[in-house]
Amino acid sequence: MNAISQSAAPRRKGSPWTGLGTVFLKELADHMSGARMIVLEALVVLTGIGAVYTSLQDIRSASGEAPFLFLLLFTHARDPMPSFVALLGFLVPIMSIGLVFDSVNTEFARRTMSRILAQPIYRDALLFGKFLAGLATIAVALAALWLLIVGAGLLILGIPPSSEEVARGLLFLAVAIAYAGAWLAVALLFSVVFRSPATSALSALGVWMLFSVLWPIVAPFAAQIIAPEDPMAAFLGVPSIAEIQWEQAISRFSPNTLFAESTQAIMHPATRALGPVLQSQVQGAILGSPLPLGQSLLLVWPQITGLVAIAILLFAVAYTLFQRQEIRA
Amino acid sequence: MNGPAMSDPARGGFVVEARGLTKLYGGTKAVDAIDFGLRAGEIVGLLGPNGAGKTTTILMMLGLTESDGGTLSVLGHDPLRDPLAVKRRVGYLPDSVGFYDHLSGRVNLRYTAKLSGVARGEIDGRIDEALARVRLADVAHKPVGRYSHGMKRRLGLAEVMMKRCDVAILDEPTSGLDPQSTHELLDIIRGLKGDGVSVLLSSHMLNQVQSICDRVLLFNRGRIALQGTVAELSRQILGGGYGIFVEADDIDVPASLAGLPGVREVVAEGAGRFHVIAESDLRSAIAARLVNRGAALRRLSVVEPSLDDIYERYFAIGGAAA
Repeated sequence: MNAISQSAAPRRKGSPWTGLGTVFLKELADHMSGARMIVLEALVVLTGIGAVYTSLQDIRSASGEAPFLFLLLFTHARDPMPSFVALLGFLVPIMSIGLVFDSVNTEFARRTMSRILAQPIYRDALLFGKFLAGLATIAVALAALWLLIVGAGLLILGIPPSSEEVARGLLFLAVAIAYAGAWLAVALLFSVVFRSPATSALSALGVWMLFSVLWPIVAPFAAQIIAPEDPMAAFLGVPSIAEIQWEQAISRFSPNTLFAESTQAIMHPATRALGPVLQSQVQGAILGSPLPLGQSLLLVWPQITGLVAIAILLFAVAYTLFQRQEIRA
Repeated sequence: MNGPAMSDPARGGFVVEARGLTKLYGGTKAVDAIDFGLRAGEIVGLLGPNGAGKTTTILMMLGLTESDGGTLSVLGHDPLRDPLAVKRRVGYLPDSVGFYDHLSGRVNLRYTAKLSGVARGEIDGRIDEALARVRLADVAHKPVGRYSHGMKRRLGLAEVMMKRCDVAILDEPTSGLDPQSTHELLDIIRGLKGDGVSVLLSSHMLNQVQSICDRVLLFNRGRIALQGTVAELSRQILGGGYGIFVEADDIDVPASLAGLPGVREVVAEGAGRFHVIAESDLRSAIAARLVNRGAALRRLSVVEPSLDDIYERYFAIGGAAA
């Protein structure tokens, strides 16, 4: 893990984790007490209330026998209100970006960087501590929100969730945190690259716009161009299998897609596939029947690992750049 | 892990020692094979124009920049190989130091105390002591955003003291301060020396450097052009000789001193004020001659060689050739 280990350079002594806990706790305290966090929390709580309120109304009027009633709390949508899960897909990136877009560059701007790095710690501890503190902050916020929703559900619906519903709910929470990690890494990378916090915030928001608005539009066009032409599909006026597969592959570069697909499978137990399904593949399947949790998890395991991989990869890039940065301000 | 008693690396009493230290930026040599040493308990001043390599040298000592050649030992450790051991025992006050503005002075210090591995039970005691020494104890609870420029510098020095380091590296500690704060800061730095801390101080304020430094390193274009005590430098740059300041009325001073043995040159500095360059301390001879010839002698004093003169002369003449 250590530093720019050029072959010529001697190995460094001492643990790269020295001071990690101290940095983590300080950054966490800053996040938790900062005004920014209050604004972000208020945003999420208000939208959460809106989403859950509409779904509660619909669920109560529906029959109480629907399977996985509790999960509906998270996933039910009624125009114009999107589901809570969809809202999180939208808001988690903003929260993540809002928390760390200025975490490294303001240390330079405030001229604290050289003073902190003159203490006996490696840069590893500083960057990783900042990342972990952001992740912990979001994890705490999401967990609180999750508990609020479950609590509201318990009070208003009056039926306890089944163990599988709880397990799926917790898994959803974990996926949301991984998703936050990916966006934290994006924002952290920009905070290392750009010395101006405004530039870094705008760039991170630009990437967010790209993936939440433009990517879903671009993916089908790109797939059309890349996929080989299929005369049969063209004759029928439908996209060919290859084209759909390309579209999926392209759209899965976006963490938003990965998050949406993961939550789709986890929160809708009846989901059996995320791509095109051929008639031959569903032979013998009882359509509409839920999958066991393990099978749902298996279905989206690549998506979840993808989210974690994005976070690790971007963090590694940020780390390398940070190691090479000149400290003199 | 701290405490001066543990230091004393053998190498002839040097706590910092550089041999052929080099740093390249692109193709240019920011620091070009410099040799220097810092002895235990002395204050050494780093002088030189901006971009001469002072800050780069400081960063290399802290392991914050990699050197491209030569050897460097700080308290017996190689800052590149074992930066944590070095930074545990070296205090650093950066050029225009900054703190977390929303946190109080005390909380800021507590953070760095924890980072530098001060034992938990000792932190508060050490912070109190350091804050008292820099006279910030009564504002320690206020957010640093409300501190003045000079108070921030003092807080930075409190941080250096709190670490109980063996070597303190101070980069431009007095730049941009008013005379009163400057004076206070210099006193605190003298206090550091009193604790047995070796101090490396970079500054542009030559008279201050002269007043507190035991030795001076003059940087120019990545090299150390001159090093030694102020007296040694003046001998090198201003040439030997004794400067005597004469202020007298009612007499033509250059003419009256013309024949006096040992007087090399008399330079007029203003109405009735002269700078006499002599081979030795000729004050009594000058006084006798002037008074005998009926002059109203107002002042007669030895001119201490000033670092200002040395600096100016070096860059006017020697600097161009170096």
